Amino acid sequence: MAEVAAERAPVVSSATTAWRSYVLPLVIFALFAAIPLLGQFTAEAYLLSLVTRVMIFAIAALSLDLLVGYGALVSFGHAAFMGIGAYAVGILASHGFGDALVALPVALAASALFAWLTGIVSLRTKGVYFIMITLAFGQMAFFTASSLAPYGGDDGLTLQSRSTVAGFDLLANDRVFYYVTFLCLVAIYLFCRALVRSRFGRVFRGARENETRMVTLGYDVYRYRLVAYVLAGMMAGLSGFLLANATNFVAPAYMSWQRSGELLIMIILGGIGSLNGAVIGTAAFLLLEEWLAGFTEHWKMIFGPFLVLAVVFVPGGLLGLSRFIMRRLRRG
Amino acid sequence: MAEPVLSLRGLRKNFGGLRVTDDLSLDVLPGELHALIGPNGAGKTTLINQISGLITPDAGRIVFCGQDVTATAAAGRARLGLARSFQITATLPHFSALENVALAVQARSGSSYRFFADASREEDLSAEAMRALQDVGLAHRADKLASELSHGERRALELAIALAMEPKLLVLDEPMAGTGREESARLVDVLQRLKGRFPIVLVEHDMQAVFALADRVSVLIYGRILMTGAPDVVRSDPKVIAAYLGDETA
Repeated sequence: MAEVAAERAPVVSSATTAWRSYVLPLVIFALFAAIPLLGQFTAEAYLLSLVTRVMIFAIAALSLDLLVGYGALVSFGHAAFMGIGAYAVGILASHGFGDALVALPVALAASALFAWLTGIVSLRTKGVYFIMITLAFGQMAFFTASSLAPYGGDDGLTLQSRSTVAGFDLLANDRVFYYVTFLCLVAIYLFCRALVRSRFGRVFRGARENETRMVTLGYDVYRYRLVAYVLAGMMAGLSGFLLANATNFVAPAYMSWQRSGELLIMIILGGIGSLNGAVIGTAAFLLLEEWLAGFTEHWKMIFGPFLVLAVVFVPGGLLGLSRFIMRRLRRG
Repeated sequence: MAEPVLSLRGLRKNFGGLRVTDDLSLDVLPGELHALIGPNGAGKTTLINQISGLITPDAGRIVFCGQDVTATAAAGRARLGLARSFQITATLPHFSALENVALAVQARSGSSYRFFADASREEDLSAEAMRALQDVGLAHRADKLASELSHGERRALELAIALAMEPKLLVLDEPMAGTGREESARLVDVLQRLKGRFPIVLVEHDMQAVFALADRVSVLIYGRILMTGAPDVVRSDPKVIAAYLGDETA
């Protein structure tokens, strides 16, 4: 997997083709914005909760793509940040602090702190060792959560209601919560997009291509990576905050290594290092999972081989596939 | 004598049982082009890695611009104004030539902890990078990815990156390595023009280039400086001829 991350150059469009790079995200986000309008034709609650889930995971996938696609830092413990964000909501709510103005800052701060502490250690390693050490830290968070007896231990923690906002029940409405999640996703997407083009992003991407060169230019590569790691951890923390509110439930399973693996599969399926791919891959993964699960209870037997085939035959992900087809069409 | 820009004192480095740098002392004076020559395995690249901070010496002192940098990490030395190029081209393959150089400009101008503004739209970064590319005759290839450049062009790009750092000392590890006769002549021209703008340490196997460019030459053999002197003196020294030059000048 380290090789996958190293081989594919991330996409950063140049200024001359800038307008074209807006088409795909505009289509994607227009679709997300329009989905609640379809609600009247179908089971609205089901549709909203499904797509809300897609957008929440897309936020986590974007933050992971930042690390994997643009920094070649294959984090295999990314679910831990989501879990920490979710547990911040659950634990605070169980003590009567059910307001987002408390829970959100705490969720972000807790995931940032965890990212900072684990980043200090894990960013000193490279390649496979980085994968293993982030996995280890992720499992550490998982087992810690499992042993939190006052907060449900293995069984997790049920929330009475969604977070209030300054005392108001704003998020209780599914549509409102949908659009709040949507705005979070757009904001995170725009932030990531700006980040990879910024001065900071240039250094971070440069370190991926040739670390020694960046060091001899005077950049302390380790620090830039640590900052990126903390930022990505906070974004995943935000998605954990939203996930706890979406499901009204928090459990250690949110931090399991399977969940971290799923996040990686989402971005690989969509095409790493492109941000758009992270959103598309997440949607494809979760919708396919939902669809297959409706077919048969043995859906994993179809889903697994499908993912293997997708990775083997479409190494650039869904985004790479669509680019390939577009090029063919234009030439033909 | 003027204060040396760089002075190495009693530098020592072992790789296992192999003594690669052996009690080595060397001064680089302001404005001079100091060539470092020696047979393969003499320890030239190891020495340069110690100067730029990628390898820590086992013993000895490195003083750069009056400051002891022996314990300073490579990134810190670069920020003090020590630039280097690599024998094996070390550019960022998926960055354009201009971006490669702009990163060097960015390293010395303002904070790089800026997260929002598009760096490619910063006019002064690009303008200064463009000037460095012009200096090495690569301006017309500015938009090409480094991986699309020819080998010789990438060698020139290495130089441009080092120039854009506005260094107080430029360390060039075999800038002509692997280039053809024509490209190599072009690079000599470029170096001829750069000479005097800042002190340069030049490691090079191309003796024609060395003797055309150097103000002083040091001969490195088995991790020691055999002698340091003007090119003509070094070239005719019997010890040097016996140890290194013999077969090449014959």
